[in-house]
Amino acid sequence: MPAFIIRRLLQSVLVLGFMSLLVFVGVYAIGNPVDILINPQADQADIARAIAALGLDKPLWEQYLIFLRQALSGDLGKSFAYDIPAIQLILERMPATLELALTATAVAVLLGIPLGLWAGLAPDSWPAKLIMTGSILGFSLPTFWVGLMLIMLFAVEFGWLPSGGRGPTTALFGVQVSFLGWEGIRHLILPAVNLALFKLSLIIRLTRAGTREALLQDYVKFARAKGLSNARVVGVHVLKNIMIPIVTVIGLEFGSVIAFAIVTESIFAWPGMGKLIIDSINVLDRPVIVAYLLIIVSVFILINLAVDIVYSVLDPRVRLGAQAR
Amino acid sequence: MQRELTPLQRIATDFGESRLALAGLALLVLVVLAASFAPLISPQDPYDLAQLDVLDSRLPPGSTSVSGLTFWLGSDGQGRDILSGIFYGLRISLMVGAASTLCALVIGLAMGLAAAYFGGRTDGVIMRLVDIQLSFPSILIALVLLAVLGQGTGKTIFALVMVQWAYYARTVRATAIVERAKEYIEAARCLALSPARIVFRHLLPNCLPPLIVIATVQVAAAVALEATLSYLGIGVPITEPSLGLLIKNGFDYMLSGKYWISFFPGIALVLTIVSINLVADQLRDVLNPRLQK
Repeated sequence: MPAFIIRRLLQSVLVLGFMSLLVFVGVYAIGNPVDILINPQADQADIARAIAALGLDKPLWEQYLIFLRQALSGDLGKSFAYDIPAIQLILERMPATLELALTATAVAVLLGIPLGLWAGLAPDSWPAKLIMTGSILGFSLPTFWVGLMLIMLFAVEFGWLPSGGRGPTTALFGVQVSFLGWEGIRHLILPAVNLALFKLSLIIRLTRAGTREALLQDYVKFARAKGLSNARVVGVHVLKNIMIPIVTVIGLEFGSVIAFAIVTESIFAWPGMGKLIIDSINVLDRPVIVAYLLIIVSVFILINLAVDIVYSVLDPRVRLGAQAR
Repeated sequence: MQRELTPLQRIATDFGESRLALAGLALLVLVVLAASFAPLISPQDPYDLAQLDVLDSRLPPGSTSVSGLTFWLGSDGQGRDILSGIFYGLRISLMVGAASTLCALVIGLAMGLAAAYFGGRTDGVIMRLVDIQLSFPSILIALVLLAVLGQGTGKTIFALVMVQWAYYARTVRATAIVERAKEYIEAARCLALSPARIVFRHLLPNCLPPLIVIATVQVAAAVALEATLSYLGIGVPITEPSLGLLIKNGFDYMLSGKYWISFFPGIALVLTIVSINLVADQLRDVLNPRLQK
């Protein structure tokens, strides 16, 4: 067990090292670091001073070590556009992204499980077929196109909901959130639904497959034979047993919800990390790009590591499989 | 006695059993034809500035231009015919999707076969790479690469290849390991055939059916991802507008009620993706040996 965790840790460090090398090569070796790290509006004397200060006259491998040391101490340069440290800028935008991702996950779960149960309990009825067709569309249609259609219908055509932005926020334990005010909720609905669609389709399919399998099991037949009500059989016996894979997938997929928030945030002008990175790429605000890439990849490596460790604790077969390889 | 059908005939017959799949195939053929012959069938060359007139900009569908041309699907901010723009955009979208899928297929095939055939350390290293790659969402990998490399059609194709190859490698390895243990490979070994001949003439053809299915699905996924990246402004450059970029260009007008500039390219994109998926779905059923009668 400790050997397994140590091996996973080493692997995570390797991936992170590779990522930092990729970002370093991309930003320092291919692009001109003077353009990238020094504000283009600086004058000649400033540029010369900055080149010396950044050590750009040193050999490449030494520059890479310096870049790593600065990155590890949390110094990734100042944003050109906002003139504050890039890391601080990204951390400021993080709560908005997390709020959107959590709301989307909640929407996917609260809609997906009942719809999946319905489709699994009466697989031949027309609502079930409608739900399954919808879930196929949810898988195959591009998220950004669905987002545009939502804006076109609910913001432009009917005018019920705002087309973008976050609206007024309320402070909750020092963090600005939208969901405490009616105006904030109105701004949250469309982006959250848009981001939820893919996960919703996934949860519907998982729930349906699990329900259909569980209905054939002996414990369900036994519960029915005991004369329990249908609501109790489905709500307690079936639901409890299909929740394990669903909870696992929701946990595993949370990282990808954050990744796909890039698209949703850009469409709905939601002021989170995802919109920040796209805006930064468009105006070549490179310190922010570098900081975002390193932070998001680190977050993913941590999520993957945590999932692997939790799995190996819960399921000994994972460890055996890793040893046999 | 009934004549024995060739495999291709059997696949064609089985495929035709689903009307939905046939409709998907017909739609896909139409889309590919429209993309291939875009310069011939487009009412206007949308990238020839001499044919454009500012007075024609943002006209609703069905209006007539200054030079007497009918804009069936309206015109965009520069006075370009949306229909012509869609035909030309389809070319770029399909080209990027098909090229990236093909490259990824070849790379994934080579990696997967190598992992399965050599086993041991080679297998361990390749599959670790695949695992790491698959633990990141596709959009994140593409974003990292394009943020570092910058915009461009070639770079977009490269990013899509990097996103996709691992799927093929994993599938090929799994199939090849099952096939490797079968008698016909053993027989080929007993005949003292060279490893290259065994891999390419015996092992490879038998690994193809699941690959064809994945490749079809992946073309649709690649087209969708390319459109998403281009919509975000980090995919193809503005000089080679794919459907995603056309949709992006119309987004601001959409908020003021001029829906057609974004809407129709979006419909073209969705029809393309859905038709590819319908064909892929039926191919999966037809090529799955477990479902064969």
